[in-house]
Amino acid sequence: MLHVAKLARLELTDEEVERFTEQLSAILEAVAKVSELDLAAVEPTAHPLDLVNVWAPDEPRPSLPVDDALANAPEREAGFFKVPPA
Amino acid sequence: MSLDTFRLTAEDAIGLVERGEASAAELHGAYLEAIGERDDELHAYLRTVDEADGTSIPIAFKDLISTRGVETTAGSKILAGYVPIYDATVATRCREAGLTLLGKTNMDEFAMGSSTENSAYGPTRNPWDPDRVPGGSSGGSAAAVAGGLAPWALGSDTGGSVKQPASLCGIVGLRPTYGTVSRYGIVAFASSLDQIGPMTKTVRDCALLYRIVAGRDRCDTTTVELPQPVEIPEREDLKGVRVGVPAELNEVEGIAPGVKAQVDRAIELCRELGAEVGETSLPRSVDYGLACYYLIAPSEASSNLARYDGVRYGLRVTGDDGVRAMYDRTRDAGFGDEPKRRIMLGTYALSSGYYEAYYGQAQRVRTLIAQEHAAAFEDFDVLVSPTSPTVAFELGEKTANPLAMYLSDVLTIPSNMAGLPGLSIPCGLSDGLPVGFQLIGPQFSENLLFHVGHALERAIGFDLVPGRLA
Amino acid sequence: MNWEPVIGLEIHIHLKTRTKMFCRCEVAYFEPENSLTCPVCLAHPGSLPVPNAKAIEWTIKLGLALDCEIAERAIFHRKNYFYPDNPKGYQISQYDEPLCRNGRLAVPGPDGDAEIGIVRAHLEEDAAKNVHVGGVEGRIGGATATLVDFNRAGAPLVEIVTQPDLRSADQARRFLQLLRQTIVELGISDAEMEKGSLRVDVNVSVRPEGSSELRTRTEMKNLNSFGFAARAIAREVERQIAVYEAGGEVEQETLHFDPGAESAPPLRSKEEAQDYRYFPEPDLVPVEPPRELVERLRAEVPESPATRIRRIAAELDHATAEELVTSGRDRLYERVSGDRRGVANVLMNQFAATGVDPNAVDPEELGKLIEARSRIPRDKFTEALAASGDAGFSAEPYLGDGLVADTGELEPIVEKILAANPGQVEAYRGGKEGLLGFFVGQVMKETQGKADPKVVNELLRQKLS
Repeated sequence: MLHVAKLARLELTDEEVERFTEQLSAILEAVAKVSELDLAAVEPTAHPLDLVNVWAPDEPRPSLPVDDALANAPEREAGFFKVPPA
Repeated sequence: MSLDTFRLTAEDAIGLVERGEASAAELHGAYLEAIGERDDELHAYLRTVDEADGTSIPIAFKDLISTRGVETTAGSKILAGYVPIYDATVATRCREAGLTLLGKTNMDEFAMGSSTENSAYGPTRNPWDPDRVPGGSSGGSAAAVAGGLAPWALGSDTGGSVKQPASLCGIVGLRPTYGTVSRYGIVAFASSLDQIGPMTKTVRDCALLYRIVAGRDRCDTTTVELPQPVEIPEREDLKGVRVGVPAELNEVEGIAPGVKAQVDRAIELCRELGAEVGETSLPRSVDYGLACYYLIAPSEASSNLARYDGVRYGLRVTGDDGVRAMYDRTRDAGFGDEPKRRIMLGTYALSSGYYEAYYGQAQRVRTLIAQEHAAAFEDFDVLVSPTSPTVAFELGEKTANPLAMYLSDVLTIPSNMAGLPGLSIPCGLSDGLPVGFQLIGPQFSENLLFHVGHALERAIGFDLVPGRLA
Repeated sequence: MNWEPVIGLEIHIHLKTRTKMFCRCEVAYFEPENSLTCPVCLAHPGSLPVPNAKAIEWTIKLGLALDCEIAERAIFHRKNYFYPDNPKGYQISQYDEPLCRNGRLAVPGPDGDAEIGIVRAHLEEDAAKNVHVGGVEGRIGGATATLVDFNRAGAPLVEIVTQPDLRSADQARRFLQLLRQTIVELGISDAEMEKGSLRVDVNVSVRPEGSSELRTRTEMKNLNSFGFAARAIAREVERQIAVYEAGGEVEQETLHFDPGAESAPPLRSKEEAQDYRYFPEPDLVPVEPPRELVERLRAEVPESPATRIRRIAAELDHATAEELVTSGRDRLYERVSGDRRGVANVLMNQFAATGVDPNAVDPEELGKLIEARSRIPRDKFTEALAASGDAGFSAEPYLGDGLVADTGELEPIVEKILAANPGQVEAYRGGKEGLLGFFVGQVMKETQGKADPKVVNELLRQKLS
């Protein structure tokens, strides 16, 4: 549980860990049902439609003005997004 | 102006504007007035827009549709204050059709939920009974339309989030064929399942709105052109239509007797209107559909929600230590319980060692579900069932047990997994609360669904106005 | 005990498309921060990727040039991890169904070719640029904040992975040069390490010569030139051998080099194995390259450097052939007629010194010039070469009167005449300076009038004094 939370970058409180562990175990048990079926002969569905080869020509479109790009930035410094150090 | 916003259909309203009997601004103002009067109780809206910058009638958008310059939160604290710098394609298409944005409606956070109780901004109440839920995740849009606070609205449907609230609020909701409506600008939950759907008072309104938003979008490579133009339904009979009743969808444990009674009546009505009605089977789709959905959707969601990290927009919670701590704290503070649960479930299902057993296997079950539906469609044109096993339940009734909440979607999920369209129309009342009738068709069969839905709607004559407000 | 290095490379190149991989923002260097962004490359809620058709074409072309199998069906995958330069929290890349697989690049050598296996070449998007501030110049340790510029985020990258078939630092260097040249000749990338459009990570291990085991390897990142990479590889090979010979074990490590200070010891880290939770990208549909497209691209792939080296080496020698090809002068060499060794020498030396672009030269005119080189004074020859790239260049004005002016050619003849006329030599030295004309005449007779009298005079004066 904690390992998964770390991968998902969620800092859970002890209370949350306890509560979620119980709920998620129940859910996992329910979804594990899928393994009851023998589907070796069935292809996985990646997409509901049979589309292939959808792409666009290499032609530029206007980018955002810098102020729009930074409009929602929680913290900025000049033209950069600013975050705490890695 | 005095408008009966409960009964006024979008088609009626468009007529008023076209005949010059009302201006776009007047209509917009009338709905804002209604919202002012009744939305304190219902809380269908998260915010409204005062300016009516259009030439036609107003529309409400679920708050996961990006609207340039208008705050968009997806029902979450992690996007509190986020103002998009671009419009979703569906928003652009509505604007180009002259529609004016009335406001953004409440929803379960990141579309994860079946009651709108997972909204970080408080629940929405069902206009039919304010102690009950409107359904979810598009509960706000459903309540707005049912409560006379919008002529029509857009919602989104992943596991049933348009159909189920439509059912619980007594309105019409369409979940379109996957790929016919653009997802560009729609805050993503599960990419291979999300679709924007019209939520309206009548089936004709539904077709009108679908016609405005549907069609291939160059910004969304998973969209396609409609094979035929959208037809606004006229016919009121069902001659020549083969209606299939899948046993599993209609006999799931948990379907309330009152719901079953109304649905059975609607099926009988199909016969009376000239349809050929027969039994069919979806042997494993219902049994395994929920498990399949609750593996695939959270897996995709766990990845789609990774961008909410406090770097470029939205909530940021910092401490003294570095960026990783910022991620952890921001996401813990910003996400509610349901997104957290689903992110963890999805992360687990995709993690090394578990992928094949969970996500990989679920994608195969998905193929199986598609195959079963295709087989049923060899003998039938449309499949029917209740939309929701129950009528609207009470606020707080299912919040303690996530699994119980998930079961609300057991009837809408299977066809969603196959990318198929589904229309829910109100077919009657049980204990004074609306019952929804689900019509499922093959891919690109919206015109048929509209035809069948319209004919039934005319025959049923469901009164749109919530009993207590009439 | 003899040891052999086992070296594998992971190369990333920037495709020089006009727009990014999944959005149509322009790709450009040195623009103001965050001025080349949009909702897609900033990963705004609701944004969706749209692949760049040219990037896909160029990746296929590169695969063909590397003799790869082009996939019948390729898909994109999401590689999930958190970092400020990764706006979506996942990178769109390719996993087990890449565009190109199972190729090879030949590295010709004096004793034959070494064939280096290419495991795969796939398409992905680049991350944004992090600038760490407040700490030691540009390095991560001790920084107080990170500033992020998303101009680069989403630029198209091709990742090429080799089999661990390289057996020496020098071979790795030569492989990289040939790979780079192949890429540049395809016109898909500038592939310059100094500019960042080519990045190389190296995996190094050693094993007893002749064995086929694969021992623990060290990963080396952030090498900023082929020379630096070769030196770093050589040093690491030595270090590992020393560890084994002292009875120890090599530990799995990653070495992060400092691009600014080659001699600085690299930072060593043990990177935890990351769980990227790869799954097929649901927002993108598969790529099934149409047969006509693949064949059209195949026809556009120029002859490989290795093939040209081999062909030229057959008529000269390996070292010269390799130099001609890697310096980009082999095509000119093959189009200029005349004595092979002579043409090669001129191209590699005097012509190279002029800096003229080989592609601008008329091979026929150059051929005439080279053929007449012994009859043209040195400075005039150099002048001619320097002009050989000009439009409408003609060798004619430089060919002169056909007189032999090359002292190298004339000197033996002069000596021969002097040796054959000792009496006159003594007389001249005795004071009969008029005899100079006699000697000149003899040389002229010997060269059938072709010798340049000025040069002959000079030579005679030298030798008679």
